[in-house]
Formats: sequence, C-alpha cells, structure tokens
Amino acid sequence: MFDSTTPLRQRFAALRSGGEFFSLRHVRQSNQHLSVRKNIAEPPSLGRDEGAMLTVRVNGVEAYAATADLSQAGLQQALDRAEALARQIAAHALLDLRDQPVPDHRADYLSPNLDSAFPSLADCYDLLNQESASVPADQRLVNWQASLGLTEVEQIYFNSAGAELRQAQRFVFPGFSVTAFDGSDSQTRTLGRENFGQQGGFDVIQRCGLVGAGARVADQALQLLLAPNTPSGVRDLLLMPDQMMLQIHESIGHPLELDRILGDERNYAGTSFVKASDFGQLQYGSKLLNVTFDPEIREELASYGHDDDGTPATRQFLIRNGLLERPLGGALSQFRSGLDGVANSRACNWNRAPIDRMANLNIEPGDKSLEQLVGGIERGILMRTNRSWSIDDARNKFQFGCEWGQLIENGELKGVVKNPNYRGISAGFWRNLSAVGDASTFQVLGTPNCGKGEPNQVVRVGHASPACVFSQIDVFGGDA
Amino acid sequence: MAARFLHNFQALVAWLRDNVHAPEQFTLSYAAEHSQFIRFNHAKVRQAGDVRQSDATLKLIADGRQADLNLTLSGDDELDRQRLAEALAQLRQTLPLIPADPYLMLNDSAWDSRLQQEQPLPDSTQVLTRIEAGAGDLDLVGIYAAGPVCRGFASSFGAFGWHQANSFNFDWSLFHANGQAVKANYAGQVWDDEQFARRLAQAREQLDYLGRPLKTLTPGEYRAYLAPAALDEIVGMLGWGGFSTQAIASKNSPLQRLYAAEAELSPLVSMTEQVSGSLSPAFSGEGYPRSDVRLIDRGQALEQLTNARSAAEFERQANGAEPWEAPACLSMAGGALAEADVLQRLGTGLYIGNLWYLNYSDQSAARLTGLTRFACFWVEDGRIQAPVSTMRFDDSVYSLLGSQLEALTEERELMLSTGTYGQRQTGSSHLPGALVKRLTLTL
Repeated sequence: MFDSTTPLRQRFAALRSGGEFFSLRHVRQSNQHLSVRKNIAEPPSLGRDEGAMLTVRVNGVEAYAATADLSQAGLQQALDRAEALARQIAAHALLDLRDQPVPDHRADYLSPNLDSAFPSLADCYDLLNQESASVPADQRLVNWQASLGLTEVEQIYFNSAGAELRQAQRFVFPGFSVTAFDGSDSQTRTLGRENFGQQGGFDVIQRCGLVGAGARVADQALQLLLAPNTPSGVRDLLLMPDQMMLQIHESIGHPLELDRILGDERNYAGTSFVKASDFGQLQYGSKLLNVTFDPEIREELASYGHDDDGTPATRQFLIRNGLLERPLGGALSQFRSGLDGVANSRACNWNRAPIDRMANLNIEPGDKSLEQLVGGIERGILMRTNRSWSIDDARNKFQFGCEWGQLIENGELKGVVKNPNYRGISAGFWRNLSAVGDASTFQVLGTPNCGKGEPNQVVRVGHASPACVFSQIDVFGGDA
Repeated sequence: MAARFLHNFQALVAWLRDNVHAPEQFTLSYAAEHSQFIRFNHAKVRQAGDVRQSDATLKLIADGRQADLNLTLSGDDELDRQRLAEALAQLRQTLPLIPADPYLMLNDSAWDSRLQQEQPLPDSTQVLTRIEAGAGDLDLVGIYAAGPVCRGFASSFGAFGWHQANSFNFDWSLFHANGQAVKANYAGQVWDDEQFARRLAQAREQLDYLGRPLKTLTPGEYRAYLAPAALDEIVGMLGWGGFSTQAIASKNSPLQRLYAAEAELSPLVSMTEQVSGSLSPAFSGEGYPRSDVRLIDRGQALEQLTNARSAAEFERQANGAEPWEAPACLSMAGGALAEADVLQRLGTGLYIGNLWYLNYSDQSAARLTGLTRFACFWVEDGRIQAPVSTMRFDDSVYSLLGSQLEALTEERELMLSTGTYGQRQTGSSHLPGALVKRLTLTL
C-alpha cells in the first residue's frame, strides 16, 4: 500500500514552478466487474489506471494539467503546461485566488476491512453462479443477472505548502436483477446495483443481502407482473431507504451544491432553487428533517479523511430541524461566497479537477419503528427501490418512480402494485415530512453514478436514511 | 501530439503480434486525446485545464474463453510495453479461472481502415478573445473543449483501424437577468469568426424574447413544436436499450412493442444509424467495421443494433454495435415542414427549444417524462408571446412520434456530442424538428 509515496514525494520535491502554489494529486486504481447472466458467466472486465493532476496558481489564477506520464520529466511538463495555461487565461479569469488559504495537512485514511482479503475471482464467480442458478424455472422469467463490481483506489496528494494526504479505499458493488414478462408487460426487480455500494470487503456483499437473494428477487418480479397498476390520487407516501436515497440526492443534495448556486453549472447540470441568502433563513422541511454531511460512517461510499483539495472532512448539519444551515461547498466555493461549507471538493479521477460534489449526505433517524410508520397512515402507499428519476434544472419539480409499491389502508400494508410513481416540488415536498423512522429502519446505501460538471465527471456518493412518511403526495401508475 | 498517439498504438500492436500466438488470439482497442478544457461563468474563465490521456483495452482469447483488461498508458513506449506485458500476464492467469464462453464470437477478418484529419485547431488565446469580445456584457456560461481525439483497433487476425480527428466544441448558454436562458453550440474542425458571430447573434436574439414577462402554464394538453435539440433528448433516451438486440430479447427495451409489431410510430418516422459521413470511427471497439443500419422505416421497426455477443446468443448478424448497443450517429429523416413556417403551423401552442432529464414513467409503454429547459416560448397565432416557466411533460413515444405527430421539418440539425464522461465523445445525431398535435404537461 502507498508504495508510490517515496518516488512521488521525491519527484514532487524536484518540480520547479513560477507559481506561488502548486499541487500534485496522484490516483492509482484497479477494478474488476463480473457478471453471470442466465447462468452464463460473462467475460470478466478488468482495469488498471494511474495518472496525476498538477495544479498551479500564478498571480492568483489557477489552471491544471493531467498526465499519465509519471516520470520526472512527464510531471514537470504537465506542471509547465498548467502554468502556461494559467498565464494564458489570466486576462480572462473569473477568480482572483491570491488570498485563498492553502491546506498543509498530513494524514492517511483507509477503508474499513481493507486488510481483509477479498474473495478470489473464482470464488466470486461461484457466488454469482449460485445466485443465478437459484432463480426458479418459470417461462415468465426471461432475464436475470448477478453482478459484482470491485474498485480499489489509492490517492496521494502533495502540495507546495507541505501537505501530504494519502487514502486507500476499496469499494464493492453487488447486484442482482430479474425481469419477468407476460407477453405484453415486463417488470424488473433488483437488489443492489445502482442503489447499493459500500466501502469494505466481503462484509459489503453480506450487508447487501446478495447471498441467497436469487429466488426471493425472482418471486418479487413475478408478484409485480401479476400486480395491478398503482392507482392515481393523493396519498400519504412511505418511502423506504432505497428510494429515500434518490429523493435526498436529487432534491436536497444537488440544490445545495454551492457551485450550482454560484452559477458554474448553469450550462449543463443546472442551477438551484436555493439562493445564497437562504442559508440560515429557509425552512427547507418540517421540523423532523435533519440532514448531515457525514464522512464518519466508515462503510459509506464517500467517507474520507480529506477532500481532493486537501480540506479535512468533518460531520456537519446542513439542515437542522428543517432549517437550512449550510451548503455543499468546498474551500473554493466558500472563499467565493463567504459561506461556511463542507469538505466536498471532489474529482472523479486524476484527469478531472475537483468541484463541489455530494459525498455522504444522510438523513438522521427519528423515533418511529416501521410498524408505527405504517400504523400512522390511513390511506397511503409504500414505495421501494428507485428505477426512474427526473427533476428540473433548478432541482425543484421532480417525478420519481420505483420498482415496488404496496398500498396502505387503515394502518395496514395491503396488496402489491406495479409502476409506482410520484411527483412533487422540492421546495414544498420536505415540509410534508410527517414521520421519520428510527435506527431500525436506517440503511447505509449509495450509488457509483452521480454525473455533473464540465468536463463531465461521475462520482460515488453515499446516502444513509431511515424510512420516511410524506403526507398528501400525488402518486400514479403506468399505462400497462 | 496525435502522431505520437499513432506511433504509441502501433508499437503496442507490434509487441502483441510478436508475443501472442495461436491458439491465443488478441484484440486491442485504443483511445487517446489531448484536450484543452476551458469553463466559462459570467463570460469569464472559471476553470481551465489540459488533459493528455490514452488507454487501451486488451482482450485475450484462448480455449473458448475471453477476458478484457483496460489499462491507462503513459505515452512512453517502453513503460507502456511493460504495462501491456503485465496486462497480458494477468489475463493469461485469469482465463483458466473462468468457464468457456458459449457466446464468444470474434471477427477474424483482416481489414484495414484509416482516417487521419490533422486540420490545425484554432489558437485558444484567439478563441478566448473572440468569446469574450462576442459575449460583451452578456452572461455567458459553458465550456470550450478542443484537441485531437484518436481511436484505434487491431487484432491478431490482422485487422487495423485508426481514426483521428482534431476538433473543437464550444457549448454555451446565455442567461437573462430573470434567470431564463438560451442554449447554443459551435463545433467543428475549422473556427470561423463570422460563423461564430452569427451563432452568438441568433442566441442573443432569442434572449430578447426571454426578457418578456414569464407565462405560467397549467397542466394539460398542448400543441407543441419540438426543436431538433428537444427531439434529440427523446431520441437519445430511446437509444438506451431501444434498439439493442439484448434489451429487446430480454424484454427490457422501451421499444419492445414496436419491435414486436404490437405498436407503431407515425409513417413520417424513419431512423438510421448513419455511420457513413458521420464523425464516428468506421469500426467498433470490438473490431467490426460499421455500416449504416436502418432501425425504423416509416414507423415500422426494422433492424436492431447487435454486438458480437448478442449476435452469438441470439443468432443474429453483428453489425458493429458497441457492447451497450446504442446508436452513436442516429439520423432521422426530415419531413415536409419548412423551418420558416414552424411558428405559423404551430399556431397557438408551445415552442420547445430543449428538453431535460428524461426518464421513463412506464418503460414497457415507452412513456417518458421530462422537463422543458432553455428557450421555450408560448406562441399565439404564429407569434412568440412569452417565455414559459419550466414545465414537466409525461407522454408516450407512441403518441409523440406516433398518433400525435403532425409534421417533421424539412431541415435537419447536426448535433455533435458534447459528452466528456471519461473522454471526449465522438457521437452525433442528425434530426429534424417535430410538430405534435398534443403534448401532455403534468406539473
């Protein structure tokens, strides 16, 4: 681990620059994606990646250059290219960063269970084959797939102020899906995949529930195929954690990104209905809503010690008792806006520069068991497992769809319904939060696929949440 | 720099041909770019960077087994040969651990395809000056991406492909003080100041309309015109699985009913994966030469996009699709509506410049939802009246491009991909605008 440190440290020390500040962020990663579809092992897809980003500040103007040539000459050339670019754009630059502080921390961060061996490739295939084979023979089950993704990342950051930050992380993404088809309609039920990923080792696969999942997921796909469509109307909505994560992501996470509020993303990812003046003022949700930026749940996907600009990561409330307190803004956005933020300046890899991203964005547990949540609903619907998401560029008007719905009548769970969708407006939706599940309903989830930025970047984000109830929401089904 | 990429790729191929012998076989796909990215906010440079990257995916085949390894290359021939040797060793260790692949299919022909375009790119200092001068006091936000992009392929069967093109893509928006915006793009291989100025002037003209008081619509059904960029969002969404052989066979295609002949689109609708004349490589990453594929003809499903694995599993002909089996250069036939007559034919309704964030309300029924974005106007009696507030639609493709499609424009717009996830994309789409009798707004 970290065997690149010494040579990189020496090469960094030998770099020469005319800038007042420069940094090097080295990323080395390996990945493996395995899949078994309908009892046939698909070819393994493996990867090895390594490169570095050099950033330099010249008279308050920053620019970067990325290279996979890690020789002394290669790094120096990249730094020179960055410096030349900084000088080239100086007359056109939006920002003057001469007064922005630079970090000088030295620390290491490791994923939990990083020293435990991960199952061999052959053992992984055995597990996937076993789950695939457990799908029962039924002509209506037309497709199923078990998959396992593994990514190991080492990052080393040096800067000219003396910082040396190292992190070694392992990310695991189990998944299972089954599609059932009746000749006209098809319904897919999944486990994990885009809705689950954690840091760790084999323990992640166990927590996901992949072992022994095949027959259960297949049965649920068949139940959906036989189920009626979700009825249209206004109902109380009980969202389970694997839909809450999407709700948090789209209608709290993105709107609170400070670079969006500052206008950087207006051409692509969009703006925000939240204004800089709303922090400390806006009642974002009901008093039951408590949202944290929390890098301290070790297994959560975006737990880390420092962000990619070198800012130490600590737990912070973004929304407390429904009141908006703090944006998702890293050191640069904080410098630009004068607002306090969090350590969320993140890059997807060595070839992209850090920008404001979500990391771990969680809802704190409340005091109701799942039974109490259901029992408190007279006419409602439970939805679980996101499958469709759409929200406007200001992150306000949304429509989300789930795989699984179950009606609730007079405090009791009733029949399964298919194609459950709901729509609302972020600015009002969270004020309808009427009950929050306790720790027994709390799940640590996350996704590897959050896209944003120009040039585009996709990063891993973590979301942990209890089950939550929202009153009087517009729900509806599909056409089939 | 681009010549260096080709040399690097050729050196790797030569090494593999010396070190991989029958019964082992290999394929090597390659991607490289040297890109400059300049982000703008408030017509100033927000962030600028220079990215030099190349990677290769080595596939090793032996004893009916196959495995892939993607590796980042340094650009140093000796170091990259060493990395390739390590990758080869890892794949040789991996193959015995996996079962034989019943769907292994290789293109064993020895083809040669080379395209090298080395048109000099505009000087970025001059571009910055032009953009800043052109924008003036406008609130411009966006990104300028430029530089050579390369793709390569080689196999132990003697296939060799090289595609290299210098290009730039300036993708930007102009914002009115009221928050309304218009989107524009200027992309190509040769920067022309006059052409850029024209595009900027067109966007500025729309911005004037956006300054009018905003009209808020209520949910309901509206006549609507979808400009090519808006239609591109719908067609792009359908591209994810819509035409895929595997998705169709596994009942996960949104166009399931079209391909089962249980539903149809308007006879006005014809779509082709138009490789010829596009900016995409003429070969796939799997080593298949790509040719045009007619997907929909006058509303009826025709061919599908089929990669090698699907070809083996579903007993079809591979036609150069990548593993994700999505269009890379989709072309839709134009219609008879002159662009100049769009507002008049629309009469009273919505002019939709762009759509945003589409997803399925009901995938089996091809029912989509999404939002209006950028330059959307309320039109009355053929005249623009006001910009409209962001609205959500929820409608079936069988309605929008089927029973409710009234006309397609004669003129079509070529849109080059601005995508830069991982690397700069080479895709494009060539689409008309669509006049629809009824679009359902829900929120």
